[in-house]
Amino acid sequence: MTAISDPQSVAALAAEAVDNRVNLDFETEGMTLNMGPQHPATHGTLRIIARLDGEQVISAEPMCGYMHRGYEKLTEVRTYPQINALINRIDWLGSFANEVPFILAAEKLMGVEAPPRAQWIRTILFEMSRIANISLFLGDFGLQLGGMTAGFYAFRDREWVLNQIESATGGRFHPNFDRIGGLKDDLPKGWIESSHTAMDKLLAFCDELEDLLVGNEIFQARTRGIGVIPAEIALSYGLSGANLRASGVDWDLRRDNCPPGLVYDKADWKVWTHPDGDCFARTWVRLQETREAAKIVKQLLDTIPSGPVMAKVPRIIKVPEGEAYVATENPLGEMGYYVVSKGDLVPFRVKIRSASFNNISVVPWVARGAYVPDLISILGSLYFILGDIDR
Amino acid sequence: MGLVESGKLPKPLSKLLNISRKYSIWAYQWGLACCAIEMGAAFASPRYDVMRLGVIPFPASPRQADLVVIAGTVTDKLAPAVVRLYEQMPDPKYVISMGSCANCGGPYWDSYSVTKGVDQLIPVDVYVPGCPPRPEALLEGIILLQERIAHEDMAERWKGEPIVVG
Amino acid sequence: MRTKIWPSVGRVSQLSSADTETLEEAAPAIDEAREAVLAEITARLGEGVVGSHIRPGDDLWIRVDRANWVAAAEAAKAMGYRFFDFLSAIDWLPSPFGRDMDSQEDRVVSGTPAKEPEAMVQGYAGGETRFQLLARVYSISAGMGITFKCDLPDDDLTAGTWSNVYAGANWHEREAREMFGFSFDGHPNMINLYLPADFVGHPLRKDFPLLARRVRPWPGIVDVEPMPGVADEEGEGE
Repeated sequence: MTAISDPQSVAALAAEAVDNRVNLDFETEGMTLNMGPQHPATHGTLRIIARLDGEQVISAEPMCGYMHRGYEKLTEVRTYPQINALINRIDWLGSFANEVPFILAAEKLMGVEAPPRAQWIRTILFEMSRIANISLFLGDFGLQLGGMTAGFYAFRDREWVLNQIESATGGRFHPNFDRIGGLKDDLPKGWIESSHTAMDKLLAFCDELEDLLVGNEIFQARTRGIGVIPAEIALSYGLSGANLRASGVDWDLRRDNCPPGLVYDKADWKVWTHPDGDCFARTWVRLQETREAAKIVKQLLDTIPSGPVMAKVPRIIKVPEGEAYVATENPLGEMGYYVVSKGDLVPFRVKIRSASFNNISVVPWVARGAYVPDLISILGSLYFILGDIDR
Repeated sequence: MGLVESGKLPKPLSKLLNISRKYSIWAYQWGLACCAIEMGAAFASPRYDVMRLGVIPFPASPRQADLVVIAGTVTDKLAPAVVRLYEQMPDPKYVISMGSCANCGGPYWDSYSVTKGVDQLIPVDVYVPGCPPRPEALLEGIILLQERIAHEDMAERWKGEPIVVG
Repeated sequence: MRTKIWPSVGRVSQLSSADTETLEEAAPAIDEAREAVLAEITARLGEGVVGSHIRPGDDLWIRVDRANWVAAAEAAKAMGYRFFDFLSAIDWLPSPFGRDMDSQEDRVVSGTPAKEPEAMVQGYAGGETRFQLLARVYSISAGMGITFKCDLPDDDLTAGTWSNVYAGANWHEREAREMFGFSFDGHPNMINLYLPADFVGHPLRKDFPLLARRVRPWPGIVDVEPMPGVADEEGEGE
């Protein structure tokens, strides 16, 4: 059992002292609180069964599976393009980002590489879906902590990004735009200029949210020092994405292990980390990442090469035999697809490594000793999408 | 009310009651999957504002709601919860099934854990197709529901057998 | 547009290979870093390592025997592979239901599938049994990952638990248990994760049928409804 880092042990000791003072004459037997599958603060159908002692959580066990749709079995009976249409719905907020690692894995096994223009546009859409995803998180986290304004602002400003994605791909989400060997279509006329405008609006939104939410005293009181996850625990549980970077680990798959097919090295950007590892750190890292994503998009928009958007691949895709694992830095964390192919139209086995599954497995560890309102902060700041947990 | 149940409610009064009911729907938040985001965009964003139709999306508890929009995939594990939450809603209650997963199982029609359509569990008034349906499509679904309420015969609804689920 | 070729896939690298086959691109023929990792794992586990495969510049697969499954995790963690990626399994039995997409149109387009059941062929790093555990860990400092595989005999689908070494393996093993039917010695909380408690069967096994497809088979890859009166086009080929 690894040691708990200092802020959390201090918080636990303080809580115990309070309990000892207050509860001398009360019998506080354990109460079981069921935050059932329908709850406005659980981002969907996650059920948390928390055993409480007074207001403090003794154990919090998430019960997932209420959105389990059986993806890994369904991929065994669908062709690669059909799987591409289906996996959009795993992380349903940043949906273009779900297609990319799967397409890259299939391309790796086939030995094709998308033309440069397609790689640029892929990266731009990837970052845009990151912005769409995390801006909703920022708004929703504020909503859960009681600051409803942030929610409305987020929904309003997301529309700029969704407009761009829709005009390029045809769908606000679930674009189903990536193809093995490139993209479905080229960009429409005027898209680059309108994307610049959209990114400017997003940067303004980030500034606005920083004033509104992050600087807010109540927000800081509810998130600073809450839910501290030390780096060793984070690595052992397989936390990824902003959760890992907020615990001080400087690791970003876009910079460190970027699969060929995405062009992050063509833009000048920074990886943000925070040493604290608490809820505030996770929110802060995500806010900075949204800004970086907007900056990356602006830089890439200026340098898109011309050319075709689709390499020469056969009409009916048969992927040669082999196994491949490709992981990318998705908005929620590290998402990867382990594709086992037997040379057929249909993959033999696809193992989907989704980020939220590991992110939520840490909840039993981190929720011990927290108060019930802190449980909401912790869940919100770990940021999961139910489709990503339950696949 | 005795007048309503016995069917002796004068026509203008029932029309007035229907109009007031259709413009004061309280929809409760039961977003399951991707369609929930489009539902959120319809309900909360100023672009597809649903409050201009009179639908207020505030209640988080089914006890205070008259409309539930089932937005997203219903799995077999969740099915008892859906039925239970539907039963907790007081009459008159309406159900909109949003998205192809809730209509018929959708893209997961062959999955081992997905209920092929929420109408296997609860009675549905309006089906909104799409994957996900645009917020405008959900608004059209709500307007269709409002038209349905406007032409509803309240005596039939109150006098008839209660809808027992399960 | 000339397509670039990745380093060739499907090439098995022996433990002591000095491969000098030149490839089209600048990818190294020998991946020294991964060979060193393989050598160190072999040194720590000895006879436990029963198979391996390196794709240069890309990934390393190591197959260990069941007795050394947990020892492999400990060895990897001691070597600095502290990030837990995932743990799952592969069922190598070819599906008894065929491709499940064998309609008239499909056969025209992509060829008739084999009539006899195919032989069971395992993938990288070999294997002898139907079920293979699959796990992956990663090292942040080295920037490399190791994919571990382990055979499980059909009559005894148990293995040691990794949850004492990597805490994240807890949930992954619960999922593997309910999807395939394994059991993991020493796991603290073996209850269903995804499926309802009364679910019968193990869905990710190849012989678990998708009932909706048995009742109503897949109608085929149909692009558009043919125009009335126009003869059917021949299947689209390469």
